[in-house]
Amino acid sequence: MIKNLDFLGKPSREKINIFVGLGSSLFVLGMIDLLLNSFFEFNVTSFLPRWINYFTPLILCFLGLHYIRIEFSGNRTLDNLNKNLNSNWFNSLLSILIIFILVLSLPPLLDWLFFDANFSGQTKEDCTGDGACWVFIKIWIPRFIYGMYPMTEIWRINTTFLLLIGLVILLFLTPPKYKKYIVIFLLFVFPFIMINLLSGGNFGLKWVETNSWGGLSLTFIISIFALIFCFPVGIFLALGRRSSTPVTRYSSIGFIEFWRGVPLITVLFMASVMFPMFLPDGTYMDKLIRVIIAITLFEAAYMAEVIRGGLQALPRGQYDAGKSLGMGYWKLHLLVIMPQALKLVIPGIANTFLALVKDTPLILVVGLLELVGMIDMAKTNPKWLGFAAEGYVFAGVVFWIICYSMSRYSQRLEKKYKTDR
Amino acid sequence: MSDQIIQMEQVNKWFGDFQVLKDINLQVTSKQKIVVCGPSGSGKSTLIRCINRLEEHQKGKIIVDGTELTENTKNIEKIRAEVGMVFQQFNLFPHLSILDNCTLAPIWVKKMPKKEAEELAMKQLEQVQIVDQAKKFPGQLSGGQQQRCAIARALCMKPKIMLFDEPTSALDPEMIKEVLDAMVNLAKAGMTMIVVTHEMGFAKEVADEVIFMDEGMIVEKQPTKEFFANPKSDRTKLFLSQIL
Repeated sequence: MIKNLDFLGKPSREKINIFVGLGSSLFVLGMIDLLLNSFFEFNVTSFLPRWINYFTPLILCFLGLHYIRIEFSGNRTLDNLNKNLNSNWFNSLLSILIIFILVLSLPPLLDWLFFDANFSGQTKEDCTGDGACWVFIKIWIPRFIYGMYPMTEIWRINTTFLLLIGLVILLFLTPPKYKKYIVIFLLFVFPFIMINLLSGGNFGLKWVETNSWGGLSLTFIISIFALIFCFPVGIFLALGRRSSTPVTRYSSIGFIEFWRGVPLITVLFMASVMFPMFLPDGTYMDKLIRVIIAITLFEAAYMAEVIRGGLQALPRGQYDAGKSLGMGYWKLHLLVIMPQALKLVIPGIANTFLALVKDTPLILVVGLLELVGMIDMAKTNPKWLGFAAEGYVFAGVVFWIICYSMSRYSQRLEKKYKTDR
Repeated sequence: MSDQIIQMEQVNKWFGDFQVLKDINLQVTSKQKIVVCGPSGSGKSTLIRCINRLEEHQKGKIIVDGTELTENTKNIEKIRAEVGMVFQQFNLFPHLSILDNCTLAPIWVKKMPKKEAEELAMKQLEQVQIVDQAKKFPGQLSGGQQQRCAIARALCMKPKIMLFDEPTSALDPEMIKEVLDAMVNLAKAGMTMIVVTHEMGFAKEVADEVIFMDEGMIVEKQPTKEFFANPKSDRTKLFLSQIL
């Protein structure tokens, strides 16, 4: 069938002008037809039978791309275009469909997001346009970030995170020699400063219950603590699972399989409702701490399996070499095995970390409201009913930014630690 | 007999039901160079891997430098620090530079100050003539260079004994010589060496004794000249006729 299209001969370099002219005008015609159809309700080709009429844009564009498909045209742009989007009839069809989807879906989306959206105002009534009501986000954003934390005290959250960011920047700027001190400070001293500053109760700071923590800051708090703790726990579990001592091995396997087997929601529920029942009378553990421990153990089980994958990828010779140099179990693993295994599984670790961050909204089930939880609450506020879409789009964008930057960072690490050819 | 640095008495080892070592008796005196040869699967590698307990023997007695190899982990680590080993597949640490490969164990196992360890490493790298590659990573070196680095790495621990497990078997023919040269120099410097190899030229040049193994047993153990001139057992004769 396709051969019949070539009444002018196969598209070739000799007649490049004719073919490119014909092809591109057909393609443009197709696009115009599509646009007129969808946005101006005007059908140029209504005289044709209905079934052809419906597909005219597709057919026109398909023909257009067929005529443009000139092998070795000598024109670099055209060659690249053909190679990437138009290498055969099937690929050209896919390209056309994707272009159509973009052309049809982008304008309404952009309209909703920006052009018809409402940015100014203070109440729901100010949202008069057809598009999104960003006023909702604007009014609620302090709550989305700080949760129910007393507004007079939010400087404490700000200070904490600014301090954290400052320390991380400092970490990148300091020469390698002193980096370990900052890391030690970040891992062992900073968490206490952070907890103290956030919950207060001493140094003249007002006590703020963890129940009123929330929003994006809670997302970060839970993620940061869970990330920091689940990593070493995962390493120990992975090593334990490969241990030659049966007790260690079987308890690691049991632990990992238990936590991998239960849904996170169940775990969180258990941590907040069941766990306190097992505690002796008079002892109390904050709900947030219980939740962080639960998430940590849950993700550590996954982390352990990821790291075990890396351990298994290492040849036995590395163990032999380390041992033959007189290294004991811990030196061997710390200096030789772990650096290589962890390097191998950076993508897997990043995967688990991203999953962890995106699992945090589940703490909703135990009554803690991080970003998504706060949005959930805001959208049911009687004054602001009906803005779920805006809220969830906002949450999606925020989570995407967090996760994408983590993903980029992991790619950078991969490159940095790549020492083989 | 006081300078016997390795003593193996009635050593037996099984992999499952398969017996890899049968009643091995071997005495090595200090500064002796011994070449172990034999067909593949004859237990040569297992034999020398038992000496630093990369493999456990199940019966018999192995005494290295006055310490018997038992379950005692401290003793094993002590012996391993005194016994250097070079592997067929080099087994360099790919995440560390050549220099770091050499300094890692001295710094962490022997608690040597970093500076001293680096000086020692540079000296050893110079001995094997790859001092100019010190900052590179193993993946950037040729096989011969990697194996020479592996020798330098083992020597940085200042071992009393060096074990070589087919050090040239994974190399291109033209790289074999540079590794053998490094080994010959080491032998001339008076190191106690046990070398599993098929390089008979090397055996003739440096070995004091040659051991021929087959099916987990030491079939023949002779001074080098004797071994090549008039081997006693038929199995050895057959092997030599095929390899020479």
